[in-house]
Order: sequence, then structure tokens, then C-alpha cells
Amino acid sequence: MSVELGIIAQQFVNGLTLGGMYALLALGYTLVYGILLMINFAHAEMFMFGAYVGLFTLQGLSRIEFFTSSGPALLLLYLLTFLIAMVATGILGVIIERFAYRPLRHAPRLAPLISAIGVSLFLQNAALLWISSRSLPFPVLFEVRTFRIGGASISSMQILIITVTILLMLVLDTFISRTRLGKSMRATSQDRETAGLMGIDINRVIALTFFIGPALGGAAGIFSGMYYGNIKYNMGFIPGIKAFTAAVVGGIGNLRGAMLGGFLIGLLESLAAAYISTGYKDVIAFVILIIVLIFKPGGLLGESVAEKV
Amino acid sequence: MLNVKDLHTFYGKIEALKGISVEVNEGEIVTLIGANGAGKSTTLKTVSGQIAPRNGSIEFLGQQIAGMPSHQVTAKRVIQVPEGRRIFAQMTVRENLEMGAFLRTDKEEIAADLERVLELFPRLSERLAQKGGTLSGGEQQMLAIARGMMARPQLLMLDEPSMGLAPVIVEVIFETIKKLNKDGTTILLVEQNAAMALQVAHRGYVLETGSVALQGTGQELLRNERVRKTYLGEL
Repeated sequence: MSVELGIIAQQFVNGLTLGGMYALLALGYTLVYGILLMINFAHAEMFMFGAYVGLFTLQGLSRIEFFTSSGPALLLLYLLTFLIAMVATGILGVIIERFAYRPLRHAPRLAPLISAIGVSLFLQNAALLWISSRSLPFPVLFEVRTFRIGGASISSMQILIITVTILLMLVLDTFISRTRLGKSMRATSQDRETAGLMGIDINRVIALTFFIGPALGGAAGIFSGMYYGNIKYNMGFIPGIKAFTAAVVGGIGNLRGAMLGGFLIGLLESLAAAYISTGYKDVIAFVILIIVLIFKPGGLLGESVAEKV
Repeated sequence: MLNVKDLHTFYGKIEALKGISVEVNEGEIVTLIGANGAGKSTTLKTVSGQIAPRNGSIEFLGQQIAGMPSHQVTAKRVIQVPEGRRIFAQMTVRENLEMGAFLRTDKEEIAADLERVLELFPRLSERLAQKGGTLSGGEQQMLAIARGMMARPQLLMLDEPSMGLAPVIVEVIFETIKKLNKDGTTILLVEQNAAMALQVAHRGYVLETGSVALQGTGQELLRNERVRKTYLGEL
């Protein structure tokens, strides 16, 4: 394989890893928007919060000798870490909704938006004040191996991140399209009042949405910690903006759109870093956004079924 | 069965219902007629819990339901088929019908009810896998009623089921309403098409600017001069 193709393949692998994180985070924006028509600007902080809970859980549990004694035990350690961090972040999301957004449910749309920005600032500063202003190292407890495929090298870390991301997406997709609760979420996002008439408890659906979105965002935060090796109180900001962009590019409110948008932005960003300049890579997401919005204002997979009256 | 007494509902500072009292007995078709803004839909929405009343009582089978959120009213099998159909446009016809049975757990009975409503509206059975938003207006109304029936309503409240539909379809809808009633469903019907509504209804109420102006049996109201002039378009 030529060097040129090798670079493309390499950036493709890097882009998929990055895109997976964006996509997981983007799902939270799109889920909440789908139900409440609100941009949850505090969502980026779920990424940060999940990473911190993940780090502390990992540190705490790895002190127990059992967890580092064998391969399967290590796997269990990571499973527990993800589970605890995702549940904790999910609960944080539910609490935020209950106290920062629900009282503003019937207020003008700008009010919950401002409230969200407030929550975001609060969480960032809380982490800054109570944890650290510097970045903390995120340990990796397993040996990262690198495989060469063609001209590209892919690490076991990347394989792990991509696989788990896709797995989480499949679970979410099945949950939303097949289960009773998932259908109640879809119904609520399409027509909240009528969903109530079907007997769906809207507040429960909203709480559920604010659990699932942040839980996925929290997982993305841990991936980021594992991948880059450190975490910081403001680590959610840039990925948050890009994930929000991904959600809009895919068609906000559309789950598969958010996944597509996340991977698309991750991939193009990685390719741009190789072919244009690493300095410009942060611009790429927004260039894509502008181009997509010019030609398809509803996003790539935005609403396509016309409602008849 | 349903006993609404002195109901006052506000939209902000505007008093939409100024003390409405309506009664529906088991087995009846009762209709609320009146002009735009008379408070017909608001009455239904207040009963179904979409809007909380400021004052007054709503008793269903002896239980107070005023101010309950709509999912709890639905749990009492007081089912509203909303104005403008409000089909879940991105869901298939089958999923829409499943949503109607959301609170039920009796799988076999749900399947039997699905058969029943599809028998009632054969056109829907050809479109089960189609998205709700792709149906015509008449089909959407059929789906909305069928979805309501999937909850096994004790009281079915229909909000303007004939709105915007071709006369042939309106006939079908009203025939269905009569049939559902004959099969034992109690119906509270809100209509602008007063002539049709009064013909099928046992009793009716005429609402004017948030109050009950007249009440009587369907036939009485059809003969009433004021009703004939104002709502049936006689000169």
C-alpha cells in the first residue's frame, strides 16, 4: 500500500475514534432537543463529570487487589467503572432537569437556555474549585497493543472505543425503536400533549431522557480520558460544541442523524488535520455545519415526512 | 357517569369557561355545540387534564378528577381524541394504535381490540406499516378514533372529528360514532357541524362564550328556533 493511502487509512481510524466520542455526546443534545425543543448547554459538562467519576472509580477500585489480578478481573473493573460513571452522570442529568429546567418548563424558551448556561458554568467551576485547576492523568491499566493493518496502525484502545461506542448506539437504537419506554419517548418527542392523552407520564419520559443522554455523554468523557491520557475541568467545552454541531448537521432531534453527524465530523476533522493543517482542525466542524445548512437546512437526516393537515 | 359542575378555566387572564355544568350518563351520546371560542374544546381539555381548571368539579364515576394530569385521567379510561387528529406522524399506523393501548398490559385482549378497530376501519388495515403522517385527513381521523378505542374507553371524548373532512368521510365518521355507542361506549362529542351532531346525539348543550346557553335532547335542540337560526344556518 502506498504511503498516501496509508495516511488516509490512519486518519480514518483516528477519525472513527474521535467521531465515536462526538457521536455519543451528540446523542444527548439531540435526545433532549427532541423531547423539550431545548438545547441543553450544560450537556458538555456531562462529558467532564463522567470522566472525573470514571477516574475516581478507576483509582478507587484498582486499589482492591482482586481487580488487577487477572485479565477478566480487569475487564470487570472497567465494566464497573463505566457503569458507575454512566449511572452517576445520568443521575446528575435528572437532578439538573428537576431543579434547573422543570421550573422553567412554561417560561419563554430563552429562560431554560440561560439556566443551562448557568448550570454549565457552575459545574465547570465546581470541578475547578473542588478537584483541580490542572489536568489530572487518566491511568490506563491494561497494555495497549498496536496492530498494523495495511499502512495504518490501530491500537487496542481505539478498537475498544469504537466497539463500545457502536455497541452503546445499537442498544440505544433498539431501546428507542422497540421497547415500550422507547416508544413513549418517541411519542413524546413528536407530540407531547397527545402523548399525555395516551397515558404517558411526560415528566417520567423527560427524566428518562435526562438520564440516558448524560449517561452516554459520561461514557464519552471516560473514552476521552483513556484516549488522551488526561482530563481537565474544562475538557467538555470544545467536544461539546463539536458534538452540538454534529447533532445539528445530522438533523437535530434525529438519533441516527446525531450518530452520522458525529462520525462525519470526527472523520473529516482527522483528514483535515493531515491534509490541511492541524491548526485548522477545529474549524472543520463549523465549515461542515455551514455547508450542510446551506443545502439542507433541516440537517442530513432532518424531518422528511410531511405532515398533512 | 361524568358530572361537570360550575367549571371555570382560564387561559392566562382570559376566562374561557365561565361556570359550565355538563352531565353525561352511561350509554349516551352527548354533544357540545357552539361557535368558535365558545369553550367546547376547552371543556374537553379541562376534563382530560390538558388544562387545569381554576374552579369547579369534575366527577367521573363518583371520583373527583379535576386538575389531574392527563395520563392519570387516561388511566381512568376517559379518553380524548384530540382536535386536528394529532396522529404521531413519524410512527407507523400500527405503532399509533399500540400507543393507544399504552397503559394496558393484557396482550391478548389488545390483539383482539386491534382486530376489532381494523374491522371498524378496514382502510387502516391496508396501511398498518405506513407512517401516520402519510395518511389522508380522513384516514388520520379514523386512526385517531381507532387509537382512542385501543384504550377501551369508558368515556370517549371526540373533539371536532368532522373538521376539514369531505362530506362522504364525515358520514362514515358519524356512522362509526353511532356504532361505537351502540356497542356500549359512552360518547361526549364536540362539533361545529351542529346538524350532524344533534342528529346522532341523545342530548346536547349549546355553549356561548364560555357558558351553557341551551340544553335539551338532540331532537329538542334541532327544533329550537334559536339553534336553527344560529347553528343550522336557517334564515
